[in-house]
Amino acid sequence: MRPVCLRLENITFGYSSKNMLFSNLNFELSVGKIGLIGQNGCGKTTFLHLIMGLFQPEKGRVYLDDRVIKTRDDWRYLRKYVGFLFQDADDQLFSPTVIEDVAFGLLNLGDSPQDARKKSEEMLGHLGLSGFEDRLTHNLSGGEKKLVALATILVMKPRFLLLDEPTNNLDADTQTRLINIISHLAIPMVIISHDWDFLAQITSHIYRLAHGHLHKSETGCLHTHPHVHAHGDHPHDHGGGEHD
Amino acid sequence: MDFEKWAKGDSIFHRASPQIKITGAVCFCFVIAACQQMSSVLAGLVFVCVGVLLAGIRLGSLLKRLFFVNLFTLACWLTLPVTVRGTTVAHLGFLSMSREGIHMALLITIKTNCLVLAFVTLLSTSSVADLGHGLRRLKMPQKLCLLLLFSYRYIFVIHDEYKRLKRAALFRSFKPTTSMHTYQTYGNLFGMTLVKGWQRAGRVQDAMCLRGFTGKFISLDYTNIRLKDWLLLALLLCCTTIIILLEYRGVVL
Repeated sequence: MRPVCLRLENITFGYSSKNMLFSNLNFELSVGKIGLIGQNGCGKTTFLHLIMGLFQPEKGRVYLDDRVIKTRDDWRYLRKYVGFLFQDADDQLFSPTVIEDVAFGLLNLGDSPQDARKKSEEMLGHLGLSGFEDRLTHNLSGGEKKLVALATILVMKPRFLLLDEPTNNLDADTQTRLINIISHLAIPMVIISHDWDFLAQITSHIYRLAHGHLHKSETGCLHTHPHVHAHGDHPHDHGGGEHD
Repeated sequence: MDFEKWAKGDSIFHRASPQIKITGAVCFCFVIAACQQMSSVLAGLVFVCVGVLLAGIRLGSLLKRLFFVNLFTLACWLTLPVTVRGTTVAHLGFLSMSREGIHMALLITIKTNCLVLAFVTLLSTSSVADLGHGLRRLKMPQKLCLLLLFSYRYIFVIHDEYKRLKRAALFRSFKPTTSMHTYQTYGNLFGMTLVKGWQRAGRVQDAMCLRGFTGKFISLDYTNIRLKDWLLLALLLCCTTIIILLEYRGVVL
């Protein structure tokens, strides 16, 4: 069976007509986990927002399988299958209690309240968050908020995941827990992160976004050095030689 | 900020369904507010005192709350006895205190405390989230209920953002004084908080749309009204009826 595919074709977009962020950008996600890196302000988050339809490109199209995403109904269709994890979990968790937030998406998709509750409880249990059902979302710690936010996405059984800096501001334990969860997910995903160690552990490919273009490289090229490096902010290969 | 210091507990009121408590509180409070007889409001005060005891609310924090409320009634005590006309009972220099004025100030004091205690007993024993859902189940306008729930959810976040900005100003040696610089700084702080709140509202709306929100909120609706809830409502309505009867009897006599 041919794997399903999320595709961007010749996307041109800019916040102002004079200053284009992307021009004729192409991208395809069908299998594996892709890391997306780039300098602050280069448009990484905007890129994910374009995939989700939060911004409309000036030119170009988004495809899910072979369906071109154009109308409002198309975007609703795409959002059913593509899960998006926001950078700030407080943006994602707006219901007073955890269980209501996790069930929110399912209820919107037409599940009965009983089914939604059952699936939400299962998902929380799956992520090691049993007993969190009736906790108030604003009382959760930063790490707990992030895990609950992930549960709100995963419970909708997405076919693709877009994660915007998922390990930001997390302590080492929660990071490990999150990495463990994400690495066991067999869902194609794009992960934005500045944490190269994390990307090297999880992803199979890295794209670097610079000057409105995506540059592909292997994860093996991705490394950080404990010393200052002239090209440290670009993935590069040392030709297999050891470095320190 | 702590809106829910009394919301946790295991009393009869903590366990009752919020819509029953809201209904009871509204009936009780309307009746108390309309009462004119001392006997009926005193009966109301006795009922709420018993309620407070049953709810197991800590006396210290309750007295603190009542202190602030009674600052308002103090204003009544300072003005009403000397401004309401009637039988003079004492003279204070050129001012004369009337029996009717004292009666009215006392009535307002008891009513105010009675209402606050009723709200503490019936509404503070639920979380704001439960009250929001309770209002929704009572078929209150959805937009108003959501406004309550969202305000509650984000007031902490916005308050934190304000605190962060204020801290940033203080760390750069900002010292509030009576000066244009201070006013301008506070203006900027509030302005930035507003802008950040606005931006966050946009992001929250995006997050909701991405999870299939189309404008209609569907509730998980998980608490059903049980027999003991109906019994509590009956008890509250009984108390209210006794107050009405006392008021009516007082008028007749």
